Amino acid sequence: MTQIPMGAVPKKETEKLKVLKKPNNNIFLQMKKNYSAYLFLLPKLILFTLFIAVPVVWAFVLSFQEYKVFGSEFAGFDNYIKVFESEAFRIALKNTLLFTVVTVPFGVISALVIASLIYALGKVSQSLFRSAFYLPTVTSMVIIAMVWRWMYNYEFGLFNYVLGWFGIEQINWLGQSTSALWALIIMQCLIPFGVGIIMYLASMGSISHSLYEAARIDGASSFKQWLHITIPLLKPTTLYLVLLSTIGSFQVFTQIIMMTGGGPGSATETLVHLIYKTGFRDFEFGLAAAQSVVLFVIILIFSIIQFRVLRHDE
Amino acid sequence: MMKKQNNKFNKVIIYVLLSIFAVVSLLPLYWVFSTSLQLSSYQSQDMERPVSYVDANPPKMYPMGIPLYFEHWGEARDAAKAGDSEQEAYHRGMMEHIVDNTFSSYKSLFQKHDVGKWFFNSVYISVLVTFGILLIDSMAGYVLAKKKFPGRNLIFWIIISTMMIPGQVTLVPLFIMVGNLGLMDTHWALILPDLSMVFGVFLMRQFMYSIPDELLEAARMDGAGEWRTFWTVVLPLAKPGLAALGIFTFMSVWNSFLWPIIVLNSAELYTLPVGLKTLQDANLASFKLLMSGAAVAAIPMIIVFILFQRYFVKGLTLGGVKE
Repeated sequence: MTQIPMGAVPKKETEKLKVLKKPNNNIFLQMKKNYSAYLFLLPKLILFTLFIAVPVVWAFVLSFQEYKVFGSEFAGFDNYIKVFESEAFRIALKNTLLFTVVTVPFGVISALVIASLIYALGKVSQSLFRSAFYLPTVTSMVIIAMVWRWMYNYEFGLFNYVLGWFGIEQINWLGQSTSALWALIIMQCLIPFGVGIIMYLASMGSISHSLYEAARIDGASSFKQWLHITIPLLKPTTLYLVLLSTIGSFQVFTQIIMMTGGGPGSATETLVHLIYKTGFRDFEFGLAAAQSVVLFVIILIFSIIQFRVLRHDE
Repeated sequence: MMKKQNNKFNKVIIYVLLSIFAVVSLLPLYWVFSTSLQLSSYQSQDMERPVSYVDANPPKMYPMGIPLYFEHWGEARDAAKAGDSEQEAYHRGMMEHIVDNTFSSYKSLFQKHDVGKWFFNSVYISVLVTFGILLIDSMAGYVLAKKKFPGRNLIFWIIISTMMIPGQVTLVPLFIMVGNLGLMDTHWALILPDLSMVFGVFLMRQFMYSIPDELLEAARMDGAGEWRTFWTVVLPLAKPGLAALGIFTFMSVWNSFLWPIIVLNSAELYTLPVGLKTLQDANLASFKLLMSGAAVAAIPMIIVFILFQRYFVKGLTLGGVKE
């Protein structure tokens, strides 16, 4: 800390120098000066530490333990070995992957198509349709699952009835292992991806009109403009939506517990439902913690891959 | 000329397509309300047994009480004209029965089941958490955006990085913790973890950036303390952000399900989604009753959505991609 002798420079200059000079480097002085900032942060920090940070760390610790009420024992990788050796986990992973691989692309692409169609309309129609597609998103999945369970009813369900119009025979959608998972996938596909539609609409609004103008002068059709201008420019939104819905779809749970309970057999078992069962029906905390860490890692890997793939060819 | 016609034709196709999609999208919600109001027991003079239109094959696409009510109304009027008071009374009685039966499941939800209590629980927990989050997260977001202090970036990145971790990871430790704290089967077990959600910190910090420093400076010049500045200058300016955050918090708390079914055991403490699950699990309930329960849970979110629609859009685009 080199102090500039006061007398050495004219008064005005000192003031300039004071501003230029780095603020006091003493970290404790800085903290003291800003104590109110810490006070503002304090409530969130306490809650965050107690109910998020500690549990996250604890989950990793637990996954290496055999949990006992009085004194858990270190178990090394036992829980992880059990996870990967168990048939149930493999099935749950397979089901979850199938669910994700079908519903995420379908959801994002249909959101893009619907948003594009809406965007071509006038203001009033825009907001009307936007609401129609977003409304189902605000209702709880519990409700949606309940009504779909009713619609999938073998005898009196709406779904079989409508299929009957096309000459398709009644199917016991949720009752047999061959169709149960597909029933859940179809349902997910038919629930509009409201968040996606709204975000696409917002992003489309920010695309410059001059680009389309130029394309039109070059004689490009609306479809070509959509393909070569709209879609490429929406890429950041697409990336975000793919990530968002992949993360959500890996955590599919409410439909499962409300509609099939993972059955028949383990036909609709998913990762989170398995974690729920392991932890809170069988009370195998260590194992459940290991399963959840594996889920986290899977989601992380998927996110990184998607990020890379969708970012790369920009 | 040709072009214009073509354009119009395109528009029509777009409207048709979107309308079909919209019907598919809204059909389940419609079906909730339609089933909940469906006539579950009806016997006219020429019927041997009462029929239920809830379990009908083919399904009835709208509450049958509506056409039947008007049918009986017309017959009652005709009977009155013809001076047949017996027939008139019969038809008036049927009209009453139809109204009663149409709303019967809503009545029994609140009388025989705890739905009133569950509704109250859901409302007060959602409202409490929403206001708590608004205060706590705007305070945190404000200093993270506008103050420079040691550790600021570190704290922010630690908080944000946990957004990547799926909630299921913390289930088991939280369960053990809540048990140790003696909070199992209490509403605190829901409220405290909900108040810790970090999304709002991120959202509010983004939003607070747009508040001009000059205004904060001016408030300080006027001698306002940190708290006064926050309360009288920052919060009013952050209103749109607060509205968006408030709606999303309310929605996620109102709809939260996995954690509540783990920690709540007593029927009188249930929130609506948990109660609906037990109602369905009991297997005694008819689909009419279940759909009425679903409707009761859906209506508040639908109202909130209609009232605050523009903030939904704002919140989504604010919290998402920043550009």
